[in-house]
This record gives sequence, C-alpha cells and structure tokens, in this order.
Amino acid sequence: MNTFSEAALESARLLLGLDSHLLAIVALSLEVSIAAALCASVIGLPIGAMIAVRRFPGRQFIVVVLNALMGLPPVVAGLVVYLLLSRAGPLGGYGILFTPAAMIIAQTVLVLPIIAALTRQSIEDAWRDYEEQLKSLGVTPSRAALTLLWDCRFSLLTAVLAGFGRAVAEVGAVMMVGGNIDGVTRVMTTTIALETSKGDLPLALGLGAILLLLVLTLNALVLAIRDFAERRYG
Amino acid sequence: MVKKNMVKKLLLLVAMMTFPTLSQAQLPFIVVASTTSTEQSGLFKFLLPVFEKLAGMQVRVVALGTGQALDLARRGDADVAFVHDTELELKFVADGHAVGRREVMFNDFILIGPQSDPAHIAGGKDIVEGLKRVASSKSAFVSRGDRSGTHAAELRLWGISGIDPHSGKGSWYRETGSGMGPALNTASAMNAYILADRGTWISFRNRGDSVILIEGDKRLFNQYGVMLVNPARHPHVKVELGNRFINWLVSPEGQKTIAGYSIDGQQLFFANAAPGR
Repeated sequence: MNTFSEAALESARLLLGLDSHLLAIVALSLEVSIAAALCASVIGLPIGAMIAVRRFPGRQFIVVVLNALMGLPPVVAGLVVYLLLSRAGPLGGYGILFTPAAMIIAQTVLVLPIIAALTRQSIEDAWRDYEEQLKSLGVTPSRAALTLLWDCRFSLLTAVLAGFGRAVAEVGAVMMVGGNIDGVTRVMTTTIALETSKGDLPLALGLGAILLLLVLTLNALVLAIRDFAERRYG
Repeated sequence: MVKKNMVKKLLLLVAMMTFPTLSQAQLPFIVVASTTSTEQSGLFKFLLPVFEKLAGMQVRVVALGTGQALDLARRGDADVAFVHDTELELKFVADGHAVGRREVMFNDFILIGPQSDPAHIAGGKDIVEGLKRVASSKSAFVSRGDRSGTHAAELRLWGISGIDPHSGKGSWYRETGSGMGPALNTASAMNAYILADRGTWISFRNRGDSVILIEGDKRLFNQYGVMLVNPARHPHVKVELGNRFINWLVSPEGQKTIAGYSIDGQQLFFANAAPGR
C-alpha cells in the first residue's frame, strides 16, 4: 500500500475515532488562529482604511512596506516575538513564552500586514468611487473610513479569511514561541511536523487532510453566513 | 450600571465558549528544555503522565537539539534542562548557568546506513574505522549539523578519526541542520550513512533500506543529564517544582519507570542515576 492510501485510511480512522487528544489539538489550532485573525482585524481594518482615505507624506512608502510584509516569513515573526517574550527580552517578566497567548501574538504579527494591506486596497478602490460624494457631504476622513469599512464589509471578509488561512497553516511562528508542548501549545501544524520527524508519514499526511477539511468547512460556513446576510441586509 | 455588568458577563461567556481551551484553569507547571531524541522516541509521552499524576503538576517539554536547549536555559526560558552532551553540560554548570546536575540514563549511538553498504562497514565494532571508510569511499553521510548532542558526538568521533568531514561538504558530507527524525528521513531517502541515537531509531518508522551497520563501540555511549537552571541568575525559576521533577527522575521509582519504556520489546533508555546523595 502506498503512503497516500495509508494516509487516507489514517485520516478516516482519526476522524471516526474522534480521539479526545486530537480534538484538543484541533480546538487549540482553531482557537489560536481565530483569536489571532480577530486581533489582527481589530488593528488592521482601521489602519488599512485610514491609509486608504488619507494623503500624507511617506504614504506610498508605508503602502509598499505593508504589501511587502504580507510575505513576512513565519519563522522571522516567531523569532522576533520569541526575543521579545523571552525572559532575557524586554517583555520577559510577563512569563507568557510557551503559552497559547504567545502563539496568538506571533500569529497576529504575521496576519496583521495581510489584513491591513488587503483592506487598504479594497477601501482605496471604494474611496475612488465615493470620494467626491463623501467630501461634498462634509464627512471627515475618519468618518469616511468607517463608512467605507461598513460598505466593503463583504469583500473585507475575504481579507480576514485570508489572514486566518495564513495563521492556521503556518508552523514556524507557533513552533518557536509555543514550543510544541504536548497538551499546552501543540497545534495541528506542529503535530504534523512532529509526526513527520518521527517518520510516521501516513499519520502526518492524515492529519494534514483533517486540517484542510477543517479550514474548508470553516470557509464554507463563513461564506454561507455572508450570503445569507447579503441577501437579508445587503 | 447593571446592564453594563450583564454585557460584560455575556461577553465573557461568549469568549469562553469560543475559546474553551484557552480559558482552562492551569495546574502548577515547569518548563523543561530537552532534546528531540527524548521527545521523538516517545519517552516523555510515557514518562510524564506517571510523574504528573503523582506530583499533581505539569511538565511542559520544549524539545530542541542539546545546544539550543541549553541556549533556552541560559536565557532563563526553562526551569530544567534535560539533555545529552556531558562535556557541554559540565561546562554549562561550571559557567554558572545551571546547578545540581544529575546523570539520569543512557543509551547509545549507532551508525545507520543503506543495506547496499557502499563503504563496506557492516558488522564492524570500531566506529572510527567505519567513519574513515565512509570518508575514503566518499559515500553520502548525513550530519545533523544543528549543535545537538548527537551532532557533538559525531564531530568528536570525526575528530578522533583525524578526518575533517567539512572538506567533504558539497559532495559526500551533507549537513541538514535538522532534528534526529528529519535527518533520518533525509538519510533514508538518499541512502546515506548517519549517526543516530538508538532511542529515536527504534521508534522511527520511515526506515526504507536503512539498517544498523555499526554498534557496540564504547565510544558510542550516550549519557543523559538533568539540571536546574540557576535560580541565582534567573529568580523566576521554579526551584521547588523543578527539583521535585529532578529528584523523581533519579529516584528508584523514576528510574524504574524509565527502564520500563520499550518499543517492540526493545528497551530504549537504561537508567543509571547514582544512588541518592
């Protein structure tokens, strides 16, 4: 039997067995990445919108930097957060290294540029269409940003989902600041990395299939809610 | 005012339902910086539940190479270090980074290679002679290259053989910079020789054509030691909890538990702590 059919069997066995240990790992994966996507949205949506509607010196530079940071390697984000949270680092006193909180911070750093940059683009396009209208009404830029954020909410959902997707799929940052501690900071991707290390490739691939299935389900769910809301209130 | 309170409670409830794992209460715990071999061989998965139940505390293991694990301890990011490079450990203690080092257990390194054995070393008892033949036949050799205990042991053996393996870089000597498991995956995929610890090898599943070629040389001895990160340097170190773990590891019960870990009837680690001080 080849690795792929073994993996298919393995993932079916894992899904049917619904082992509580695996469930905890899946739950932590989702919780950490959803929390990170939420934190990054709370910060990134307003930042993206403000950059879109305001004109100031150095704006072009910030836009380029933000776009470039979408390609920030997870390991680098992890390393920076590790150095900040380490006991020898400036925030070491809080003792949150190797906890889920540290993982959320690292993933937020990773996801923030994605959400901010995509928001900036969406809002800027909308701003081009509505600028004159909003200005003639005497609306302040901050007020305009808020209006456009609400107006673009459906396309911004995709930005948030892209951020979540990046968070739930990465392994470098959570490995570094979480430490892949069994029962505490072990998530789907670090488990897959660990099982690969142990040479149990079918199990690793099976876990990968489950992760994909989860992300697919979550995306379908969000899309369904979006469609419903769009029909109802759009 | 009442309304505000209600909203707060409701928000908390929603947060707890959305993030059930994150809002769990916590047991007292220590962080142990340890090695990939102890983690990937499955020892901790077997050992820690026994201790945690007994001691009512949690042991959080971060598994890295020995060099990295000691770095972590040096920065104060762990309470206890549990690694395998005696030379480095003694220096670590001498430099004041850790205290109370105890030896816990041992196993041995083995030279793994492809069944076809292009360097003709199978069955040999002399690891240095084996390495010399690998080098002279320019057969592919995978090195951990990650400052782990196994990597340090490998470099010491090359040192005894008088060969500088780095001269073979870019041709037969391949540094992967990865843990024991990934390095074994690489070696098995390119039919290369590799020095591995027996514990990881026994639990390793993706062997392909690789087999043990040299074992039993006394220079392949692999000692594990445990120590407390120096609380004088890092005041937040959990001295009492850390010592509870260390003392249990070297106690008769801890030693018996370690010796009881086996896969397919093969014992992985041999307890050898010196009796209580």
